[in-house]
Amino acid sequence: MEKITIRKRPRSEAVITQRKFFKKTARGKVIKVLRERYLRDDVACGIQNCIACHSSLDSTLPVAGAPHPLFPDGHFVLPDTNVFLSQMDLVESPLFAPPIILLQTVMEEVRHRSLPLYNRLKALTKMDEKKIWVFYNEYRSETAIIREENETPNDRNDRGIRKATEWYNTHLQVTRPPIRGQPPPKIPTVVLMTEDAANRQKAEKAGMSGISVKKYVENLPEANQLLDLLSATGSDEIEPTRAAGIRQPLYPEYLPTATLIAGVKAGELHQGHFNANQYNYLEGNVPVPGFNKPVLLIGRENMNRAVNGDIVVVEVFGESEWKAPGDEVVDQDTTLKNDDVEGSEDEANESDDEVTARESRLTKSEETVRAIEKQPTGRVVGIIKRNWRAYVCHIDSTSLSSQNATSLAQQTVFATPVSRLLPRIRLRTRQAPTLIGQKILVTIDRWDVNSRYPEGHFVRALGKVESKEAEQESLLLEFDVRYRPFGKAILECLPPEGEQWVVPPKSDASPDWRDREDLRQLLICSIDPPACQDIDDALHARSLPNGNIEAGVHIADVSHFVHADTAMDKEAADRGTTVYLVDKRIDMLPALLGTNLCSLRPFVERLAFSAIWELTPDAEIVNVRFTKSVIASKAAFTYEEAQIRKDDPNQKDDLTQSIRLLNALAKKLKEKRMKAGALNLASPEVKIQLDSSESSDPIDVEQKELRETNSLVEEFMLLANISVAQKIQETFPQTAVLRRHLPPPKTNFEKLQDILLKRKGLRLDVSSSGALADSLDKCLDPQEPAFNTLVRIMATRCMLSAEYFCSGSVPRDTFGHYGLASPIYTHFTSPIRRYADVLAHRQLSASIGYTSLHPSLHSKSHVERVMDVINRRHRMAQMAGRASVEFYVGLALKGRNEREGKGGVREEAFVIRTFRNGLSVFVSKLGIEGLVMFKRDTKFDAENYTITVPGATSRSEGVTVAVFDKVVVNIEVEKDKNTQRGKVKMTLVSPVDSSGL
Amino acid sequence: MGSRVEILNDGGYRSDGRRQFELRDITINLAQQGQADGSAVITHGLTQVLVSVFGPREAKMRSQTIHDRANINVEVNVAAFSTGERRKRSRGDKRILEIGSTIKSTFEPVVQTTLYPRSQIDVYITVLQQDGGLLQACINGTTLALTNAGIPMADFVCAVTGGVHSTSALLDLTTLEENDVPHVTVAMMPKTGKVALVTMETRLHVERFEEIFRLAGEAGKVLHKEMKKAVMGRTSTLVNAMGSRGSGVDRDGDEQMNEL
Ligand SMILES: [Zn+2]
Repeated sequence: MEKITIRKRPRSEAVITQRKFFKKTARGKVIKVLRERYLRDDVACGIQNCIACHSSLDSTLPVAGAPHPLFPDGHFVLPDTNVFLSQMDLVESPLFAPPIILLQTVMEEVRHRSLPLYNRLKALTKMDEKKIWVFYNEYRSETAIIREENETPNDRNDRGIRKATEWYNTHLQVTRPPIRGQPPPKIPTVVLMTEDAANRQKAEKAGMSGISVKKYVENLPEANQLLDLLSATGSDEIEPTRAAGIRQPLYPEYLPTATLIAGVKAGELHQGHFNANQYNYLEGNVPVPGFNKPVLLIGRENMNRAVNGDIVVVEVFGESEWKAPGDEVVDQDTTLKNDDVEGSEDEANESDDEVTARESRLTKSEETVRAIEKQPTGRVVGIIKRNWRAYVCHIDSTSLSSQNATSLAQQTVFATPVSRLLPRIRLRTRQAPTLIGQKILVTIDRWDVNSRYPEGHFVRALGKVESKEAEQESLLLEFDVRYRPFGKAILECLPPEGEQWVVPPKSDASPDWRDREDLRQLLICSIDPPACQDIDDALHARSLPNGNIEAGVHIADVSHFVHADTAMDKEAADRGTTVYLVDKRIDMLPALLGTNLCSLRPFVERLAFSAIWELTPDAEIVNVRFTKSVIASKAAFTYEEAQIRKDDPNQKDDLTQSIRLLNALAKKLKEKRMKAGALNLASPEVKIQLDSSESSDPIDVEQKELRETNSLVEEFMLLANISVAQKIQETFPQTAVLRRHLPPPKTNFEKLQDILLKRKGLRLDVSSSGALADSLDKCLDPQEPAFNTLVRIMATRCMLSAEYFCSGSVPRDTFGHYGLASPIYTHFTSPIRRYADVLAHRQLSASIGYTSLHPSLHSKSHVERVMDVINRRHRMAQMAGRASVEFYVGLALKGRNEREGKGGVREEAFVIRTFRNGLSVFVSKLGIEGLVMFKRDTKFDAENYTITVPGATSRSEGVTVAVFDKVVVNIEVEKDKNTQRGKVKMTLVSPVDSSGL
Repeated sequence: MGSRVEILNDGGYRSDGRRQFELRDITINLAQQGQADGSAVITHGLTQVLVSVFGPREAKMRSQTIHDRANINVEVNVAAFSTGERRKRSRGDKRILEIGSTIKSTFEPVVQTTLYPRSQIDVYITVLQQDGGLLQACINGTTLALTNAGIPMADFVCAVTGGVHSTSALLDLTTLEENDVPHVTVAMMPKTGKVALVTMETRLHVERFEEIFRLAGEAGKVLHKEMKKAVMGRTSTLVNAMGSRGSGVDRDGDEQMNEL
């Protein structure tokens, strides 16, 4: 039984137990807020066997502290906030494991300053090998303090941290009194770790020990490895910047945060995410609510040290300065090839000025801009939040000073991120020569006004460039995929029978059979891609005596095995989705469930969640019901097998008939959807053929083939998702887990409409999804069947992406799914590999009264939080999958290059964009996009989307190429000599050979 | 920048340093206030209400007269400075009206109104400061003021709020907590263990509800002790001063009351 008590708060100490502050409400009113604080004497110190704290079993700090050459009697480390903010990689390193006292004050300050760092810190506190104790100093009476008048919040916190350090040292003395007749006990020191020299001085003055991170690490046996992990943020102390202050700043200073927030509120400034431009490193944009088109940032100075993903505040220039996005491809590696890594540290030197001049030439355009392309322009005046993380990079070998190439001395080098959206990073390392040719992980620490490049530090090496392991891990890291094996606590959530688990014999007493319909006799089958292991859906259909048809969709009953609030559930929620790479699948749930217990394999009994409709022969829904069930699939077909079976007139068995029945209904369902305005959108899908599982070298790239049976399965999954969405929204109007696709803003299509009109005389009607679908159907080129697909791909890129949401969090009239033309939608059909489906299952189960709904699914704020995570994971998973395909396409091309001789691979391609100095083309056969660059003079007509390149000989006429033109390109895979970054290089073969251009 | 306060942190502390089942500091002042027949100022943490009781006295308006028992009339006022946000709150404010009618219906069956036919008992509540648990403070204050006025009641009515953060129950919520977690107010009668009132302003899952319900019952007993101690203290002060006994004080069992 819980003990209920009343906490007393001595009124005489109101100053320290009460907090008064002023808060601004959403409506702009200032209100006074008063909060209490209850101080206590039972906040434990966390040192094992402490006689004063009656410390419980969970105390993490060893009695004797830990050895350190500077503290012979043992020590505990008590770091201040900045240590965690700037040196998290060090703290995370397995080599760094002193007992750490983490103060509540520090924890809260970290949380306030950076949520990602806070989450990393929190994860560390839960690791046994880390020995971190969180001390709630703000609640312990002896260590709680209040901010004094004229004291900054920072000073207040520093004082609190010192006070806690002092308390710990006293506490250790008091709890270990000398015993007569015995040598005095060894009392470990609690050491204040801070980079702030003034704070250290104050501590030392008060009789405490203070130490800098560097000094602490230097004296550890693992100093060499650990010093590399030190972030540059603290390097002021390590190595004073040379000639600081003499240099002219390259960037304007940021405005103070308060000014930014006030400016945004007043509508004078605008806040948004910074997007870098993948074609031009000197250009970026920031979509902001105040303008239809994103604010364009042209040039280094205007981007002002923003990194892709940062939340920035921009000032928008007057309309006379508005411009169109640049029409030139500007490559960072080429432009900055010769920039000296040390250059930006020294006083302005020649090469520095040269770079500045070259870059400014690149950002100037003389031509008048057409009104339709005009975009607001502006500059970054401040950063609200940095979204910096660890980036996968290569070391630029030319940035190494050659005489040092084999030494282990510290040197400054450039790291080039794999992603083209990121700037080069300067970093200091002692291991530079060994890192050449490796993929490494680098984080950015800071970006000063007088440094052209951001500064960072090396985190760890991933392996040799192009080795499968390094490429795979770097891809997973780059897209933040959780790929660690499932831990013990998670595996313990699985049924103890493991692979031997079976549906128990039918009986009333069996909990597995409770309230389940026995559908084992139904002719259920599954239809999937070849070699599918995680079969989460199966289907059936049969004619009813009244002429109608019963159709059923049976989904693996994952929520029977994955219960809310268990370790397995939390992990799945965090992973959000299974990630499919070409040669690897990173599961959301342990394989035992995904590929066995929840896989609806043929000839075995499985638990399912079934949606069963009665449909008229015209596919009108007469009724629908949902039930937990037990099924036994009769066959697992591939799309191809099912298609062949359906088309074979000799096959007359019941199973084949039911496939035909399903197919007929699916056709009707599709027709209805199309009539309602659903879009048929194309995205390039490419299949990589791996010849065997061991070597996993791709032999070729094939396009995915779509059959009638693909559509059959798709239609029934859509039907199930829609029916379930309706049901859970009715039952849980505030917290139903749904999915929607907002209609795209009309302006997104302007450019595509203009191109279509000018190049092909075609009109695109974007007034509604139905109109768009119709006009897309009419975008035909009789000579070129692939043209329509191309237009669809381009139209898809103009749209927004679909998202999960909590039904109570958005207005009812924004529930619709634009692409599917459905007023409501959710994901129900793939609970093995998508977490949203698991939640939909739980809600559906509760809405039919099978189980009660877990309280977290009644909480809007909880559901919102989960939706945010899974939306992000979903996006990242898609990008990771695409990047993986690209990597293998690259390998395949390389293989073909080698087999077919030097010439490279020739393929047909469509021009999708023209630049001043090149073309962007889409190779539909390979599903890849590439750039064709021209070095020689070209004539560029932005108005008509054409570029005219000189003929092959000086005599011949120039050749004009326009968007949508079909060309032939030569494709080669090159490696950048300096960075080892692989690059697809394309040259034009027809209509003109561009290799000399 | 989003630095929301953690409702319950990993160390098991709430944002004000309490643990899950710790109630806030409670103070009770039963000293005479103006002309009232009985009054009480009660604080739960930073929530403070003043309750004044007049009566039983002759019903002023015929329409409100009930021939076989007393009519209880409740009015709630919110001091303009009570929330920090200076805003005129009219007497007709919906939430405040609801508190008034909730108090009326909670106490009608508990107060022995049949002893005073055709009369009326006026309960005036002034909310002096708000930081969560407003209804709880109003109910506890009313119990105390009625007792102080010597109006016989079947039992004390002790109220407490309870909420659920994720899956952890919390008792006696602050405004900050009320804004974040689904919660209920439960009023119970310690002598019989009967429940006098349950109000739910937000959805709460049924299984959690049972737990909260049980905890709130336990918490009610703890509050009861505290309230009784205050009443006993007041009574003995009066006894010493006037040599007479206050009436209507609930006294049960063998609980030893300390004099204040
Ligand atoms: Zn201790």
